[in-house]
Amino acid sequence: MSIGSFILRRIGLGLIAVLGVSVLVFLNLHMIPGDPVDHLAGGEATKDQRDKIADCMGLQQGYLVARDADHDGDDDRVRTSLPAQFVRFLGDVADGSLGHQCPNTRGRPTVMARILEVLPNTLWLAITGMLIGILLALPIGIVAAVRQGTWIDTAATVFSLSGMSMPVMLMGPLLLLWFFVDLGWFPGPTETGPASLVLPAFAIGTHLMAMLARMTRSSMVEVLGEDYVRTARAKGLPTRVVLAKHALRNALLPVITVAGLQFGSMLSGAIITEKVFARPGIGLLLLDAIAERNYPVVQGCVLVIAVFYVSVNLLVDLAYGLVDPRIRRA
Amino acid sequence: MTAASTPPPAPPAPPARPPRRSWVARANLSPSTWIGLVMLSVFVLLGIFGPLLAPHSATAVDLDHTFQGPSGAHWLGTDKNGIDTLSQLLNGARSALLVSLSVVTICATIGVVVGTAAGYLHGLVDDVIMRVVDILQAFPGILLNIAVVAAVARPGLGVLVAALCINGWVGYARVARGQALSLRERDYVQAARALGASNRRIVFRHLIPNLMAPIIIQMTFGFGTIILVEASLSFLGLGPQVDYTWGAMLDQGTTFLWKEGFGYYALVPGLAIAWVVLGANLLGDGLRDRLDPRQRRVRG
Repeated sequence: MSIGSFILRRIGLGLIAVLGVSVLVFLNLHMIPGDPVDHLAGGEATKDQRDKIADCMGLQQGYLVARDADHDGDDDRVRTSLPAQFVRFLGDVADGSLGHQCPNTRGRPTVMARILEVLPNTLWLAITGMLIGILLALPIGIVAAVRQGTWIDTAATVFSLSGMSMPVMLMGPLLLLWFFVDLGWFPGPTETGPASLVLPAFAIGTHLMAMLARMTRSSMVEVLGEDYVRTARAKGLPTRVVLAKHALRNALLPVITVAGLQFGSMLSGAIITEKVFARPGIGLLLLDAIAERNYPVVQGCVLVIAVFYVSVNLLVDLAYGLVDPRIRRA
Repeated sequence: MTAASTPPPAPPAPPARPPRRSWVARANLSPSTWIGLVMLSVFVLLGIFGPLLAPHSATAVDLDHTFQGPSGAHWLGTDKNGIDTLSQLLNGARSALLVSLSVVTICATIGVVVGTAAGYLHGLVDDVIMRVVDILQAFPGILLNIAVVAAVARPGLGVLVAALCINGWVGYARVARGQALSLRERDYVQAARALGASNRRIVFRHLIPNLMAPIIIQMTFGFGTIILVEASLSFLGLGPQVDYTWGAMLDQGTTFLWKEGFGYYALVPGLAIAWVVLGANLLGDGLRDRLDPRQRRVRG
């Protein structure tokens, strides 16, 4: 398959996945019993306020019914049908607004505006978490592979296995208890600034670090057994050169690829981390929107995370194919 | 040295029957595999008998004794409602076991049948199934689970299981398909076909029994993964509406992390989850080495 049709196919699959999930989320949200307007307007809203919210969410169209079916003294309006609402949602996706924020306070910002407001926080969290994961994993994995079979290797294996088994929901509170409550080295939840990124990034990066350390080790062990490494050693090159030039370069490629593919899961992992640390971000936004049944925001958040996930994975796959000419896709 | 190149042994002396090795020795598992097996067994036993062992009710509110530290009456203390922490933990083990066991079983069954059919039948069936698999894998799993669970106002265990199964079968299907693709060319499958065996017979009698080893390995790892995802959903407030799931306990723990002397509460369910996941990972690694030696070279 040529590289062109491979890209097209992947983009197609990604689009179908995103679209399919949008439909699913859309239908799901509309199966919830109860009126979303009730959740958003609150108990004491007047009919006028409620109408405004419903209008803003695109839930009703003009005055279609003149008679007063519920006998509350004014004309009733008809809710837009589900397909029509979905078409409207697709239109909102197409024009990039992702729908409107309702109730339309604060000059009626779009859902996209609200997401963009918090998205950088989430991206910084994911990127820092990845960097921490990679930078800690490489030395651990390399040392374990070079000192294969020694106690260092065993310790590294135990360390990475425990790291892989440690849920973010445990890591987060642990870090907070030690470094915020007891030691006071780092700022805790709800604070801003670069220092407040440290603990959440460690919490989210632990799992990746453990996984990558294991991969680095096994990849290095494999490469160290290759003929070209033996040749390099036999011709008298210093160990440092053999490791850095011959072994590491070849061992790192799969590791970096896996790291790249994990970026998407970092975004969904951010949902939990943001809740533990009460950090504003797209994950917390999504959870709040679910709690208040705010359809447009839930749909928007899911869509944005999904698009990120799909495109990052595609880019990593492509980069891998370009960097390593041995890879030709079936 | 491989078995094939070993010269045939000298004609055996009339056997002085070798001492029967114990099943432990015959299982030939590494020490870490045993540790994993024991850790998982402890979890399963606690899941079955835990609620019977619980010293107190996991739901009885006692507002006179909230936020207590460990004591003789409450070994692990009490929570914000005065509910005994140990009893919550034990009841949480039951629901964690129920969810993970059902999800893993359902997903493995669906995945094996669907994946084997795809690999064996080839053609259009394979294309359609693999496209569905690709699409489900192109999407972050937990987000899909969140989207499904969020739609239900008061999700019970059933809803949770269904939500986790929607994308959970995909991994099993991939493994089963890969195995079926290679098994279908084997002589014994060809022979069965030549003898006129039906597709159904070939799939259920010849293919599936022979591809179970990697599936069992995957199920072991899956056990840990499902516990994690289930706890994550409960932690996010999207799980079953009971206070004693491990995720819900973690949620309460992080909420009251600042309360003097109560910080450890979050660690109790957290360590329980880590225990199960670590056990599953150790056992899975060990079984992979044991049952699937081809993988041994590339293991971590």
